[in-house]
Amino acid sequence: MTARSVLQQDDITRALTRISHEILESSRGASDLVLLGIPTRGVILAERIAATLNGIEAGSAVAGSLDVTMYRDDLAKNPTRVSAPTQIPDGGIDGKTVVLVDDVLYSGRTIRAALDAINDIGRPKAVRLAVLVDRGHRELPIRADFVGKNLPSSADERINVRLTEIDGADEVTIE
Amino acid sequence: MKHLLSTKDLSRDEAVQILDLAEDMAQAGTREVKKLPALRGRTVVNLFFEDSTRTKISFEAAAKRLSADVINFTAKGSSVSKGESLKDTAQTLAAIGADGVVIRHHSSGAPRVLAQSGWIDAGVVNAGDGTHEHPTQGLLDAFTMRKRLHGDASRGRALDGVTVTIVGDILHSRVARSNVWLLETLGAEVTLVAPATLLPVGVDTWPVAVGYDLDAAVAAKPDVLMMLRIQSERMNAAFFPTAREYSRQWGFDDERLARLPAASLVMHPGPMNRGLEISSGAADSARSTIIEQVANGVSIRMAVLYLLLAGGAA
Repeated sequence: MTARSVLQQDDITRALTRISHEILESSRGASDLVLLGIPTRGVILAERIAATLNGIEAGSAVAGSLDVTMYRDDLAKNPTRVSAPTQIPDGGIDGKTVVLVDDVLYSGRTIRAALDAINDIGRPKAVRLAVLVDRGHRELPIRADFVGKNLPSSADERINVRLTEIDGADEVTIE
Repeated sequence: MKHLLSTKDLSRDEAVQILDLAEDMAQAGTREVKKLPALRGRTVVNLFFEDSTRTKISFEAAAKRLSADVINFTAKGSSVSKGESLKDTAQTLAAIGADGVVIRHHSSGAPRVLAQSGWIDAGVVNAGDGTHEHPTQGLLDAFTMRKRLHGDASRGRALDGVTVTIVGDILHSRVARSNVWLLETLGAEVTLVAPATLLPVGVDTWPVAVGYDLDAAVAAKPDVLMMLRIQSERMNAAFFPTAREYSRQWGFDDERLARLPAASLVMHPGPMNRGLEISSGAADSARSTIIEQVANGVSIRMAVLYLLLAGGAA
């Protein structure tokens, strides 16, 4: 199957900028935003959004990462997965507004795992979800608060998110 | 990976993967809720045919942190003291539904027998067998070295070029064997120092340098000096004349500590004979990693149990 490009570098940048403004607007410019990216590409997106937020309002956000491997519900059904580092910013998440950031929202099971992981780390004031691509096919009652692009897809298609820091270029393709 | 029986079986990538995973496990240990749900619903049996405090509680803590159910089995006070065989014990555990078995046994090779027998379909972790191996101890020692030497930049790295001198009863030490194979895999350079009577036959085929003089070894400024316990329960022949003579020649005392470079680490797998192979001054110094080794042991054992038991069929 051939890959079709759906988002280019400019589209991704614009989407992340819009998401940043939406986050600030909905939190009324709060200074206690913690963006937690879900490895691998969510971490990069969280850092980019945090940088944009701090460009709009300095000191408004910090970024970190949240590994959810140990909380997955499909651990026993797949070959062993290796975890990635969790990096909670200094100051923790208690009483903060946590924005989970991931590249693709699909079944919602990763986010379910992330909510459990957050529960073991602290008690945030609120948890929001930002994703670059929402491709549908939810299996759990979970929805994103901030979406870069809604991308209706069929279950046998693959969505690939490529980011410069890891893959050398910014692009979202569908195949 | 289905079993962990020997560090000799580990490839470099596998070993580094275990150390990296242990970093994540250690990170989880700093949180408010230290438990992870990865092994929920799994049962781990600690099968200890030989006395142990730290290894047993370390494995128990590791399994519990991963939310597994733990059953402790000690040979004393069990049907083993009535003469039950390893086979019957294993089949009993299989019937109970054990997913993982952590075994310590006085006979070298017992864990391998258990893993290959077909008596039980569970992941087997060797927690020390006779004078053969103690792989999780080797891993936690490597983890401790890596963390002290490389700090926050540890992830993904091995121990290339690190000089490690292991001193003491090599002959009876499963810790030494597990360390030698693992450190060689990770690229470290190992020197063994011991009285000739406490070196095994065939040590010349090991990937190590051998010396007999602790003062020369200290003068060579190793990055890591690992002291081994004199195992009085295995001293059934005249390996050295008296404990005092051993202590004078091969004991790591305050005076030798003063000659060791300030950046070098002093390690000991425990339990220590203070005043025999290591002085209190050396054991309690800032260069000593002895307490860290115990703490890191839990993280390493979590990583191993996770790798062996969490995944399903490939």
